[in-house]
Amino acid sequence: MDLTFSAEERAFEQEVRDFIAQNLPAEMKHAQSLTPSVFSDPDIGIAWQKALHRKGWGAPGWPVEHGGPDWTPAQRWIFEAECARAGAPNVNVMGVKMVGPVIIGFGSPEQQNFYLPRIRSGEDYWCQGYSEPGSGSDLASLKTRAVRDGDDYIINGTKIWTTHAHHANRMFALVRTNETERQQDGISFILIDMKSPGITTRPILTIGGDHEVNQVFFDDVRVPVANRVGEEGKGWTYGKYLLEFERGSGIASAKLREALKTVSDLAESEATGRAIDDPDISMRMSEIEVDIDTLEMTELRVLSALQTGQNPGAVSSLLKLRNSEIRQAVTRLGVDVIGHDGLYVEPMRPFYKLNEAPGIPEEMLPVVPEYLNSRAYTIFGGSSEIQRDIIAKMVLGL
Amino acid sequence: MDLTLSDEQRLLRESAERFVGETYDAEHRRRVANDPLGFSAEIWKQFAELGWLALPIAEEHGGLGGGAVEIGILMEAFGRGLVSEPYLSTVVIGAGLIGACGSEAQKQALLPKVADGSLYLALAHSERAARFDLAEVATKAWKTAEGWRLDGRKTAVLDGNAAGQIIVSAQVADDNGVGELGLFLVPAEAAGLTKRDFPRLGGGRACNLDLRGVHVGADALLGDGSDALPVIEAVVDRAMAALGAEAVGIMQTLLDQTLEYTKIRKQFGRPLSANQVIRHRLADMAMNCDEARSMALRAALMIDAEPVARGRAASGAKAKIGKCARFVAEQSVQLHGAMGVTEELDIGSYFKRLLAFDTLFGGSAHHYRRHAALGGRTVQS
Repeated sequence: MDLTFSAEERAFEQEVRDFIAQNLPAEMKHAQSLTPSVFSDPDIGIAWQKALHRKGWGAPGWPVEHGGPDWTPAQRWIFEAECARAGAPNVNVMGVKMVGPVIIGFGSPEQQNFYLPRIRSGEDYWCQGYSEPGSGSDLASLKTRAVRDGDDYIINGTKIWTTHAHHANRMFALVRTNETERQQDGISFILIDMKSPGITTRPILTIGGDHEVNQVFFDDVRVPVANRVGEEGKGWTYGKYLLEFERGSGIASAKLREALKTVSDLAESEATGRAIDDPDISMRMSEIEVDIDTLEMTELRVLSALQTGQNPGAVSSLLKLRNSEIRQAVTRLGVDVIGHDGLYVEPMRPFYKLNEAPGIPEEMLPVVPEYLNSRAYTIFGGSSEIQRDIIAKMVLGL
Repeated sequence: MDLTLSDEQRLLRESAERFVGETYDAEHRRRVANDPLGFSAEIWKQFAELGWLALPIAEEHGGLGGGAVEIGILMEAFGRGLVSEPYLSTVVIGAGLIGACGSEAQKQALLPKVADGSLYLALAHSERAARFDLAEVATKAWKTAEGWRLDGRKTAVLDGNAAGQIIVSAQVADDNGVGELGLFLVPAEAAGLTKRDFPRLGGGRACNLDLRGVHVGADALLGDGSDALPVIEAVVDRAMAALGAEAVGIMQTLLDQTLEYTKIRKQFGRPLSANQVIRHRLADMAMNCDEARSMALRAALMIDAEPVARGRAASGAKAKIGKCARFVAEQSVQLHGAMGVTEELDIGSYFKRLLAFDTLFGGSAHHYRRHAALGGRTVQS
């Protein structure tokens, strides 16, 4: 056993660092540091995706025949960790990490040829149409209907919590194509052009003050049958495949460590009256840091299993649970660290394009919104309660 | 980066699990609990034959040159059976200290005896006033014409009752009575040494020591007389990594037994495990077990790193595993209902061993503080 990376992997790490040093402009990094939402705004997210694409790194997890860089799991880990350390923006994960793998796994050659290059290059921006007002954790009860009419489906219904629907030009959605006894069997996976007539989008502001999510309405929206991925009625299988990517993909520990470091820097600054000198603050800081070490070690165990071709098992639920809980603990600590300044509300967005200097130190602006937004971590992608159900079933065999 | 077991490590795990599974049960534990030694000398011989006592000792001293990962594999299996043989005291700590700072003559004299099972060792370091601060030692060593005179009191000396040689830490006093730490080999039968021995929470025995004018020879000092604190810290970090692995074995056993029980036990016409509140609790227990496993392995893999990284990994593991262990132990009792608080089930024994784990070398709060203090600044990327 060995916890250190090989010489080749170290060399790769250096290559990633060099690339970031040359391609991540200070303004982009600054903008990301002032972004309190889960996703980066497209002005920086797409710009970073384009920079990665120019280097051939636009789709890290994809196989080489679809334009992936042919990285080992360790290289992917190193890449993600370095991006997090450098404070790079988040790319459009709905494209690269969610719909991309589904199209690669189950899409037709035509779909692959059309969509995949546009995801890699940042030309297409995707949103995810899964949840509905009446279907949250019980996703399989979804009611948005797609009725066959010649070479089209006609879609009616509504999707909700659709992140960046107001930026996206495409949506992948789960829709009901059939009423079946087992409701999972009547669901299909479909790709929708957001400019199609009959689609309207309503913004939903979240408690942090950010516009990230939306409700999307479909009113007799025509979508070619050719936009269905895989077989009719198999959408649930593809959707679950994607959810596993959503939960287990990404390396959470490096991002959490950077977030904690930001809080720790604030706690050691005179601006917070050295909050770190409060024994409660310093103890919690230490506990969270150890929790991040633990999560990182679990991620590395999974990585090692993947490297040797083993199946890591239902560990994605565990990683998702702990990531979300630690994220909430970090952001909660941030609020306590900034003390009085937590009362200051800045309604304008984005924070990196304010017209005048804020009334508190700029780096404190995202702290409270981040905490408020982070409450969603234990809800999206399958709530913590659902993850515990999955662990009970898949890990404990209950 | 490879965290999979080698073939040799897998074999070690299989043989340890098999041996523990066949040897240790509730009946065995009851027998040993009334034994003045606190464990079985017969089994210790078998440990020697299996090569386990030689495992971490250097090859030139009759050992196998194994590392912290191999120790962890053994300790996890020991945890599953609540093994009370003095492996930690004798092999991990005792032989560890001698290997780290003993003179060549001391190593040649003592380490082969550890490897062949003929010598038990114990470390007498803790003192009441110091709590868990390894640097605070009031016991004094005075230079005499023939060697050294030791005076002081030591508390909770693990397996001190069985040890042939007790390694006593003391301040090597100058004319003003202050100085750096030294480690001294004190034979069990030394004059002036009084032992008050007692059964230990969770199995095995320990004792409190009174040293009043204990005279030992010049060759009793381990090593060259340089400050022993860094060596004590390194070996205690090693012990904590080993104990972490043992705790993982204990926690996994508690989880397995509790899971089984909640499937069998029926109330309101259905198994306990059919209730979501129970299923979620079990899921949390499983997560805590897995996190403990990650941290025990991490501490073992970082045991040869530079002292700050090593110490942070060991303290982080001790703190985190302690927290996980408390949760798993308490929930195991809770989910067994009233039966969980009786001596009629094994659960209580495992519970108590985890409580002892949490106390040994300091609990979570102590180690979160050490983790932060060693870091200098709080968070490093």
